Amino acid sequence: MSYVQNTDSDRREMLKETGVSSFEELLEPIDSRLRVDGVLDIGPAMSEAEVASRLGALASANNAASEMISFLGGGIYDRFIPATVRYVLSRSEFYTSYTPYQAEVSQGTLQAIFEYQTMIARLTAMDAANASMYDASTALAEAMLMASVIKRTRRVVIPASLSRRVRAVLDSYAAGKDIVIDEVPFVEDGTIDAGALAEMLSEKTAAVILAQPNYFGMIEDTRKVSGLVHEAGALLIVLADPVSLALIEPPGEYDADIVVGEGQSLGIAQSFGGPLLGFLAAKTPYLRKCPGRLISATEDIDGKRGYTMTLQTREQHIRREKATSNICTNEGLVALAASVYLATLGEDGFREVALQSASKAKTLYGMLEEAGVSLPFGRNFFQEFVITVPGGADAFIARARERGVLAGIPLGKDFPSLGDDAVLVAVTEKRTRKDLELLCDLAAGKGGAV
Amino acid sequence: MSRTIFEKGANGRSGNFLPANDCPVDDLGFAHRREGEIGLPRIGEQDLIRHYVELASKNYHIDKGMYPLGSCTMKYNPVINEEVASLGGFAGLHPLQSEDDVQGALELMYELESDLCEICGMSAFSLQPVAGAHGELAGMMIARDWFRRRGEERKTVLVPDSAHGTNPASVVICGFTPKTIPSNEAGLIDPEVLKQEAGDDTAVLMLTLPNTLGLFEKDIEKIIRIVHDALLEQAEKGIVDYPDYLFDVGALVYMDGANMNALMGIVKPGSIGIDIMHLNLHKTFSTPHGGGGPGAGPVGVLEHLAGLLPVPRVVKKDGRFSLKETSGESIGRVHPWFGNFNVFVKAYAYIKALGGEGLLEVSENAIINANYLMKKVARDYDIKYPGRCMHEFVASGRNLKKFGVKTVDVAKRLLDYGLHAPTVYFPLIVEEALMIEPVETEKKEALDHFADVMAKIAKEAEENPEILHEAPVTTPVRRLDEVAAARCPELSWSGGECLPMEE
Repeated sequence: MSYVQNTDSDRREMLKETGVSSFEELLEPIDSRLRVDGVLDIGPAMSEAEVASRLGALASANNAASEMISFLGGGIYDRFIPATVRYVLSRSEFYTSYTPYQAEVSQGTLQAIFEYQTMIARLTAMDAANASMYDASTALAEAMLMASVIKRTRRVVIPASLSRRVRAVLDSYAAGKDIVIDEVPFVEDGTIDAGALAEMLSEKTAAVILAQPNYFGMIEDTRKVSGLVHEAGALLIVLADPVSLALIEPPGEYDADIVVGEGQSLGIAQSFGGPLLGFLAAKTPYLRKCPGRLISATEDIDGKRGYTMTLQTREQHIRREKATSNICTNEGLVALAASVYLATLGEDGFREVALQSASKAKTLYGMLEEAGVSLPFGRNFFQEFVITVPGGADAFIARARERGVLAGIPLGKDFPSLGDDAVLVAVTEKRTRKDLELLCDLAAGKGGAV
Repeated sequence: MSRTIFEKGANGRSGNFLPANDCPVDDLGFAHRREGEIGLPRIGEQDLIRHYVELASKNYHIDKGMYPLGSCTMKYNPVINEEVASLGGFAGLHPLQSEDDVQGALELMYELESDLCEICGMSAFSLQPVAGAHGELAGMMIARDWFRRRGEERKTVLVPDSAHGTNPASVVICGFTPKTIPSNEAGLIDPEVLKQEAGDDTAVLMLTLPNTLGLFEKDIEKIIRIVHDALLEQAEKGIVDYPDYLFDVGALVYMDGANMNALMGIVKPGSIGIDIMHLNLHKTFSTPHGGGGPGAGPVGVLEHLAGLLPVPRVVKKDGRFSLKETSGESIGRVHPWFGNFNVFVKAYAYIKALGGEGLLEVSENAIINANYLMKKVARDYDIKYPGRCMHEFVASGRNLKKFGVKTVDVAKRLLDYGLHAPTVYFPLIVEEALMIEPVETEKKEALDHFADVMAKIAKEAEENPEILHEAPVTTPVRRLDEVAAARCPELSWSGGECLPMEE
């Protein structure tokens, strides 16, 4: 396959016009010793038919979670995606356009992102949201760096229950700025130990990170934590699940300073973990310190409403080493997907997604409780919770897989205190009562009678 | 102007997307319930589609016309790639499924990594970074940890003045201090200047090859040797103890691979001594830019740095693929999973479609197109660094200043002619810069048309500059008041209210 359209005679003519007799002459600045010897060893060109067949074979070598009964979560969820999302995303006006540097011919992208910012600001009840980050973990890392700049201190407190993958990303970003990360332990219901937190806070604390719901799915007492954090003069950074915000008090209402989260739940395919969508929202005074693009409405010279990128003096292409972040390309198209998703479902449909997820999770919990399965943290969760299965998480997960069920995430390796029997189970609106019964039977050791 | 989607809905309108809840409703357990509405739209599906189609009509895009943004490599995005990337066997995978269930995905990643290694002459690639700047960040973390592991606190990263803004910004996040290296009168790094600037404290030289002027550093061998020697001298003095195989690797050379579209099948960066580099799959390997992402910025290294790459790594043993989670030296993670997998599928399909000869054809045509267009544009615009260019060149609107016309006016006038503007006012070392990258998928006629329009605009500048000051007039909106937006940005829809910014 080739996507080059110049013909040999085009090339000859162009070289002539350029004033050289061969292509080789154009490479004159490159010493011949540096040149590649021979053809790149990546195989011969394939026809489009061969490409389709090769990729089809690779796709078929996978068994997708979306085709199974999946209770896998941990940041990536199996949710229903309305057809409008793929339709809008497949419009090449959106997917083949560039970052909207020439605003006059990018009003479609700019308005769509402005509407995305609005939806995120409303979901989180914050003053404003940016035009997207890579994913929740990098958004959280940037929020941490932002807090450190605002507070001019280098200590950050995170919950010990935070996803270990997210923690690893925070560590990578913290190392360059010598930021010290302390962990506050969790208590018997899986939420953070407020007493321990109070003791850890000091004037050196730049920020406290709180996940709501936390990695174990549990709902934190955000007002209590917020009070403690602000009393100590630190910033409260909340890592929020966007679907949960349809039912749970939004962070702006308990005085969060910066809110980040993972937007994959908002109409984005699981796609083996990428691309994802980090969102970041903040209080107005912190906007000048925030990373990434911000789209603002304004007027053109005729007084007509339009949209443009704004506060660009924060950004790398203007400020270089003094920029608030190095982020440039973000996740524009994914943010568009999230907007289309939220607009399609609308206020009522989106609330229904959250309500069904929560209701089904509670139903599963009740079934497991009745079947005598151990549930270490109790009922105060949103859509995800921890179960402990005698005989080990791995054996349970393998047993379930044989029945076409992805039972959950084993937690023992990441959280040794929970033991090798602990499994994190996520329930989305896609699960049916029958799915829940099957998982319950498997967990109760009944082998899953159909 | 299109009304916002929030103004188009009405109460009571909404679709029915989910089956009825077959479990008892339970939202009462929450200690902290949300009160009141979120404020999401309520809009019928037809109006929703019309809304987005209307927005779509206001976008310029590759499928509409030439997109000569320098350094952005806006090439055609093959539609087959979109099709294969949306296959359920890829799109429906959860990253924590068992390795048995994801063999195809791991195989694709493994092969893509090894193809990128072959194309770039590197020993190993990690696909984890999700954007070019993210790849830079991972690369700088690798450099930082490499020196830290050797007990050295080298703080300086040398960055040429023609570098992308992301370069110094990435350097700073990793705790390094960028030091600007001035370009010489040819637009290149001067080895003599570099020799003076490189010293005991130098950790990395971060260069772009070809550089942002579209020029290949003709002294690249000398440059790399100088940087590598900065460390070698210390090793020889016995200040630092290095294993033998590292003796010829000193301070490190990082290559921003944003311009790799010029080098495929021509120069392998790793083979000439580049220690670390990143690629932009959304530039060189044709994956769509999506109006600002998602991208992918794989980071590649030579053998001595391979252990520092982000984890997990895909490994192959006895025909089976698996994920290796830990490596003692690794910088850790820059992403919770494996990077932007969906983008990998498209880049992989592109590489397989073209093969080795096809990728060389890409770079050849990118270079021929740029040189041809430079020659044509040079008739009407200044070229500060004439001669041979690689895949892009930088023109200047300086010669139009005498008519009271600036580069921004030229850019806006191009929009009136139905074309997209080049990258403007970058690189910073060229006054009134117009950075033009025609890419290989545009054919000669398209370049001729672009050059003709550029000539026409130069003539307008002379004869009737007012047209340029007024431009654009044919676009959905005209020039926007960015100053007002920055003073009091309206970042979300609330009936037109803005947020006053403190100075």
